Amino acid sequence: MATEALSVSNLHAYYGDSHVLYGVSFALEARGVLALLGRNGAGKSTCISSIMGLLPPREGEIKLFGKTISGLAPEQISKLGIGLVPQGRRIFPSLSVRENLAVAAQRQTEGDKPWTLARIYDLFPRMKERQNQLAGSLSGGEQQMLAIGRGLMGNPKVLLLDEPSEGLAPLIVQEVGRTIKRLKDEGQSIILVEQNSQLALEVADQVVILNTGECAFVGTAEEVRANDDLITQNLGIFHAH
Amino acid sequence: MQSGNTLTRTVLALVAVLLIGAAGFSYVSSIRSPQFAVIQALNSLALGGLLFLLASGFSLIFGLMRLANLTHGAFFMLGAYIGANILRSYDGVNLWFAMIGAGIAVAVFGGLLERFVLRQLSSNSLGQVLVTLGMSFIVADACLMIWGGDPIPVPTPAAFQSPLRVAGFMFPTYRLVVVLCAVAAAIGLYLLLERTRLGAMIRAGVDDMQMARAVGIPVSKLFTAVFMLGAGIAGAAGVLGGPIMSAYPGLDADMLPLALIVVILGGVGSLIGAFVGSFIIGFIYTFGTALLPDLAYVILFLPMIVVIAFRPQGLFGRMSA
Repeated sequence: MATEALSVSNLHAYYGDSHVLYGVSFALEARGVLALLGRNGAGKSTCISSIMGLLPPREGEIKLFGKTISGLAPEQISKLGIGLVPQGRRIFPSLSVRENLAVAAQRQTEGDKPWTLARIYDLFPRMKERQNQLAGSLSGGEQQMLAIGRGLMGNPKVLLLDEPSEGLAPLIVQEVGRTIKRLKDEGQSIILVEQNSQLALEVADQVVILNTGECAFVGTAEEVRANDDLITQNLGIFHAH
Repeated sequence: MQSGNTLTRTVLALVAVLLIGAAGFSYVSSIRSPQFAVIQALNSLALGGLLFLLASGFSLIFGLMRLANLTHGAFFMLGAYIGANILRSYDGVNLWFAMIGAGIAVAVFGGLLERFVLRQLSSNSLGQVLVTLGMSFIVADACLMIWGGDPIPVPTPAAFQSPLRVAGFMFPTYRLVVVLCAVAAAIGLYLLLERTRLGAMIRAGVDDMQMARAVGIPVSKLFTAVFMLGAGIAGAAGVLGGPIMSAYPGLDADMLPLALIVVILGGVGSLIGAFVGSFIIGFIYTFGTALLPDLAYVILFLPMIVVIAFRPQGLFGRMSA
């Protein structure tokens, strides 16, 4: 039995009075990639916000390697080892590329190869070329690279990637896919939220499909790949039921 | 691209200020005397410098914490009183020591206010504004109780008492010292914000507070630090302005509206905006009260109305006030 890097159990979340997540439970295995799929509004990003502490869960428990993190402030959760690459990238536009990475740097003693500025530049050579440029002036693809780099600078135990391919050209999407595979090969545990289920299923080991705030499916990526109906029922937008 | 815009706007604004200043200067020289114009110009610069010290902290606090800190004028007055008290109580203490002492005292007061009062209201911005206004009344009354209703003069340091004579004109030396201090503070603040990791963290917080927290920036400590920094600069500025304005009841209410106008004019959260706006307001207010005392406030608020009408985010701001 693999260790659980991140476990979410019976998560309930609300935006004001509206109930968005109804008892979501899943667990990410260490060094694995868990794809969180679902239609628009299914609650994927809400899950991510809850894990990060940006939207504190009303009920339920979130554990990082056995340690409860639900209820903590986002900066504490970040320090304990969760990195966020948010939807819409949200890089700091008035900071330079280098500053965007530098403000997110956190020393974590464990890990054989900690992420440093130099290693991020190695992963994304384009960031080195543009290190003194204001991040707000980067292209969408470059901003995505920067957002991933910024997420890694905290040396997270679990990296949350929220729609990293959103709004990017196909070639850039491929590059993002390659980056995720490379991170996985280095042993990074990842939760990947994607509309692009093809990209997600290429890299994921585990899959959770959300439907209107509930887990419609929890299982392995092979099961999903072998069962087209799962996709069409829960993700297909153009299929009539 | 963005920095180019800021640079262009800075240069344009400075050129505009210089042109308006030169025109006003020659006009005033012609209707009064050149010496009168020189004195008023230096008074304008000194007031502008003091306003910058006040407005820069106000603007930083507003930009980072989205909090209009109406206690800021009271910080200035409290600093002036503490500085005057230090100078009166200890012989041989110079103005710089009093400035540092008052700055630290006011910074500590600001830190306590932020930690124990404003922090409790962090999700209630209207409540915060009201509390800061109430605190300014409390501080004003406390000063009145402790130091009485008579103005307490702050002596000009002996070294700067005699005016400089250049090209037949007399320049009040201490006014120049105030301007130099403000410029030095501006450079220091600029370097802190633009060249240090701490400054980058502050700017990240201004850009996107939630995201800053999510990458592990200790926003809560940052709030306290920035609030203390702003309060300390305002307190020190009260002492620096002491030889010109002295410490008197109502000093807070005289300075705060000017600082608010500066921030609206220059743009919230922008250091360059605070700098340019301070000197614009310094000139407008000084020459306005000297030439048209009845219309001083009209002249003062007019540019603000123009800016709000055509550029609500201020000359250098990115967010709308």
